Amino acid sequence: MPDSGIGAAVKRREDFRFITGRGRYVDDINRPGQLYASFVRAPIAHANVRGIDTAEAEKAPGVVAVFTGEDLEADGVGSLPCGWVVTDKHGEPHKAPPHWPLVRGKVRYVGDHVAVVIAETLAQARDAAELVEVDYEDLDPVVDLAQAGEGAQLHDEAPGNLCYDWELGDKAAVDAAFEQAAHVTKLDLVNNRLIPNAMEPRAAIGEYDVGSDSYTIYSTSQNPHLLRLILCAFVLNLPEHKVRVVAPDVGGGFGSKIYAYAEETVCTWASKKLNGKPVKWTAERSESFLSDAHGRDHVTHAELAMDAEGKFLALKVDTKANLGAYLSSFATAVPTYLYATLLAGQYATPAVHCNVRGYFTSTAPVDAYRGAGRPEATYVIERIVEVAARDMKMDPAELRRKNFIQPDQFPYQTPVALVYDIGDYEPTLDKALEMIGYRDFAQRRAESEARGKLRGIGFSAYIEACGIAPSAVVGSLGAGVGLWESAQVRFNPTGSVSVFTGAHSHGQGHETTFAQLVSEKLGVPYEQIDIVHGDTGQIPMGMGTYGSRSLAVGGSAIVKACDKIVEKGKKIAAHLMEASVDDIEFDGGQFKVAGTDKAKGIGEIAFTAYVPHNYPEGVEPGLDETAFYDPLNFTYPAGVHIAEVEVDPDTGETKIVDWVAVDDFGKVLNPMIVEGQVHGGIAQGVGQALLESAVYDDSGQLVTGSYMDYTMPRADDFCEFRVGMTVSECTHNPLGVKGCGEAGAIAAPAALMNAITDALGAEIDMPATREKVWRHAQAKLKAAAE
Amino acid sequence: MYAFNYHRPNSLDAAAQALAANEDAKLLAGGQTMLPTMKQRLAMPSDLIDLSGIAELRGVCEDGDAVVVGAMTTHAEVAANEIVRSKIPALAKLADGIGDPQVRNRGTLGGSIANADPAADYPAAVVGLGATVKTNKREIAADDFFVGLFETALEPGELVVSVRFPVPEAAAYAKFDHPASRYAIVGVMVARTGGGVRVGITGAAPSAFRQTEMEQALAGNFAPDALDGISVSADGLNGDIHASAEYRAHLVGVMAKRAVIAARG
Amino acid sequence: MLTVTMTVNGQKVAKDVDPRTLLVQFLREQLNLTGTHVGCDTSQCGACVVLVDGKSMKACTMLAAQADGCEVTTIEGLAKNGELHPMQAAFKEHHGLQCGFCTPGMIISAVDLLQQNPDPSEHEIREWLEGNICRCTGYHNIVKAIQHAAQDMRS
Repeated sequence: MPDSGIGAAVKRREDFRFITGRGRYVDDINRPGQLYASFVRAPIAHANVRGIDTAEAEKAPGVVAVFTGEDLEADGVGSLPCGWVVTDKHGEPHKAPPHWPLVRGKVRYVGDHVAVVIAETLAQARDAAELVEVDYEDLDPVVDLAQAGEGAQLHDEAPGNLCYDWELGDKAAVDAAFEQAAHVTKLDLVNNRLIPNAMEPRAAIGEYDVGSDSYTIYSTSQNPHLLRLILCAFVLNLPEHKVRVVAPDVGGGFGSKIYAYAEETVCTWASKKLNGKPVKWTAERSESFLSDAHGRDHVTHAELAMDAEGKFLALKVDTKANLGAYLSSFATAVPTYLYATLLAGQYATPAVHCNVRGYFTSTAPVDAYRGAGRPEATYVIERIVEVAARDMKMDPAELRRKNFIQPDQFPYQTPVALVYDIGDYEPTLDKALEMIGYRDFAQRRAESEARGKLRGIGFSAYIEACGIAPSAVVGSLGAGVGLWESAQVRFNPTGSVSVFTGAHSHGQGHETTFAQLVSEKLGVPYEQIDIVHGDTGQIPMGMGTYGSRSLAVGGSAIVKACDKIVEKGKKIAAHLMEASVDDIEFDGGQFKVAGTDKAKGIGEIAFTAYVPHNYPEGVEPGLDETAFYDPLNFTYPAGVHIAEVEVDPDTGETKIVDWVAVDDFGKVLNPMIVEGQVHGGIAQGVGQALLESAVYDDSGQLVTGSYMDYTMPRADDFCEFRVGMTVSECTHNPLGVKGCGEAGAIAAPAALMNAITDALGAEIDMPATREKVWRHAQAKLKAAAE
Repeated sequence: MYAFNYHRPNSLDAAAQALAANEDAKLLAGGQTMLPTMKQRLAMPSDLIDLSGIAELRGVCEDGDAVVVGAMTTHAEVAANEIVRSKIPALAKLADGIGDPQVRNRGTLGGSIANADPAADYPAAVVGLGATVKTNKREIAADDFFVGLFETALEPGELVVSVRFPVPEAAAYAKFDHPASRYAIVGVMVARTGGGVRVGITGAAPSAFRQTEMEQALAGNFAPDALDGISVSADGLNGDIHASAEYRAHLVGVMAKRAVIAARG
Repeated sequence: MLTVTMTVNGQKVAKDVDPRTLLVQFLREQLNLTGTHVGCDTSQCGACVVLVDGKSMKACTMLAAQADGCEVTTIEGLAKNGELHPMQAAFKEHHGLQCGFCTPGMIISAVDLLQQNPDPSEHEIREWLEGNICRCTGYHNIVKAIQHAAQDMRS
């Protein structure tokens, strides 16, 4: 095992600053002369705004300005765009109503941005925000997704509150298969709404420099370049070269920090309005609850057709997806292209059809949250497969095995557009069964029953499409951006290396893993490699981090840049050693003349490149290469999670007694970090299944608006997780890696719900709250007694 | 948080005076509820009177057949106190389960009972152990202290000095915690004394209360099966997204049994 | 305005504050000790945990005025003479952090745990962390880090 290259569990170099309190998050940054923004937010879910009286607020101590949507409109500020056009089943683009950073005439969810107060201190801004008088005319809110089509219309552009009615798959083939079916399993499912809750609340500082007519934006962003692109090209109409976005240390994202939000837009715009005074905003947690983009929120009906032996013939899925009050940056793609395309799962189901209707409701916008569409797909498949096994009285592991795509079928064209490049699902299942001790489960169940407890076991054989994404593919599906990644590898004259990546680390450990990668590729000591990210002023261009793409796409770009370095280095080395370029081999940091003992270290080559006194003709000085990598396909991490639970029928408490995760992420660069990603993903998935749920009341008030009511998973909710790996290397990227960031969150909910429903002998929806579990446990005991 | 004036008096009298002097003044004990409430702008006291400078409000002592706990004694201090642990271990255990370790290092007995949160733990102890609340003006029996939702018998200008807990023969507290806030969905303190059995319940209703039917059953037979057949009515109990009234009523029975089992040791 | 005096990480400080200044605001804004974080407004997340007179407390649920005369230790004051506290070292060694935002509060809280219970069980560690929320790690490696730190500090 190498101690710092690919495959080594290198301890993270970024940790030192975090464990000593020297991290630098946006709220830690204070700019000279900075002002503070406080947003006036809608207290009701749906209303016409008849007037906004800012006079009192403007007179309050320390207040510098109060702005409303009218001010932004007068300045030509645009709408926050949705960057993915979904074409509906009639060939029409999705309904795209405007999303003004500050409302114009109407509020559409509790927390909507009505006005901003900017003052010399934060306390003054908040004090004055309460003095802004808004005259609301109440309208009926639209809260219930199932009834959204019949509710009051939120946007003129969207009759019936329908954003799109979209489908994927061959409906005729599916219908035909259902006619042949020996058995059909049907299931209704709710995929509960979640609030991402990265521990660092969102924050932004907008700073306009009068002298250079340029802007610097400090933002808690997962993708600073993308934020710059959206703000410049769509919202504020700024020249991109005059705007620098810095996303320094960012305290978790999970999707919620991908998007362009109203707050950073307004702070940036206001700074220019206020002659270059920096304007800072930091969310209070209660604001995060209200206005961070939420996740999930589907209601689904699914049907699985099988032959008499349990072979899957077809799957049909009908889903209503809640998009919230406005379309967040990528909202439209999540319940469509990131969801329905995954509905084949790990199975060779010949026909799949999915219909998705996306609705506007008077709730916070909904967008990608860890897994984004893929957890929802996995939940549908893995719940219905489990229920099918129960219906058919088959072992759930064996039913899965019977339907797995076989190794010789790869590359495998699914009936829902994707082509899986590689996978080997049976060994993964076998390993998980072995680790959990599946053969002895009945014994453990009996032992639990003797103690008055109900034990259950549940499986989830998930697949995801990661390494997002081939630009041409997503472009043909409506994406407004390309999803390549860039990297710049720069040798410094003394031999150290600076690597600039467009990926952004907000907990993933890129500073460590990317340095491992470069160390291995260039043979430069790990300590002499620095990773630079999160600053559009330093990094050529980039698309950021989400969709488990950093290593598969960003890492591949780094490999390409390293290859260019080596290619150029060979020319220099050949010149210095008076050999032909074709005879130069590069290995372990040494350029060698094949078949001789002549060699030059890459450090010396770098020095020569910058001090080119003895240098090959026609070769540019310097050793600094940039590469862009556009993936050829998605990557397809897959695996099996098995959860084992014990339910206390007296109280309905579910205790997770064991958890096994066996994942195939392809090649693994740093197993310590990969396992950490799996742990965190499982915790979020367990949170969804057991604890978390965003609840709006009938009037559209967010009931779960703080940690007093929104149940965050805590340390004592979990057992130790047991993680195993199998490996089938990705065939189309230079590293053979697939991505690991979302797997746990994708796999876990179905595994846990399958275990709980196994214990209860009844189907329930997420979250499996204690009361819900108690009611079903009591019913089971009662039925058993009768 | 709205602006306020801050005072830290060093005597009970000075505190009472400051409280009387301003109609919108509030006492600040440990602040673990008061400060979050103020941060969310749900309270706007004109003056905040910090009681931490008054030495006599802090500490634990034995007084005959009772343990007296000063109002400003923190939950962590109660949990760790040798007198409490030896005389009323159930009280130490209850204190050790309030909130989280950091809240326990600041939150106080007096603050908790004066706030009378329906889901706070201490009210179950005050009611279940039959304690007496001593204020700067009088003594109030447990049964008279909690009046309703966030409401106590404390009058304007009155502040809690200490609570006198009679030492029971046996007692235990069983709590079913709120998944998010970790307050009590239902908490039951069961205590057996020479005079009979008391069952104090928190979390279930707008205010802590005694469950007399259980008390009578346990007085005859201090065993979990004595509670079989007692069905707790859901009428008047709290219900919210985390637990309906019916579920809470059921949990009162489960927690009471668990408390009895624990009290029997 | 009030004048508060306290010792922070061994340094005596005296400053004028608005009475409504929270301890965490005082540390972050007036002393520029930004390692102590604010992650919620209801005293649950624990990103702001510091030691006050040796005990872990939530600096977001305490007025600066209430810390008058106290000894405060923040994450910045934990390493001594350039050497990491064993708890800091264990968090790095066992990958007990990802985004790092909850980490200062988590470490300080864990330090307090070991002061009170030098040999906690896994269950006791998990219970102790009730007041510290982490969204990244699933707590798995945080628990491991604390277990190892306890071992290191006992030996």
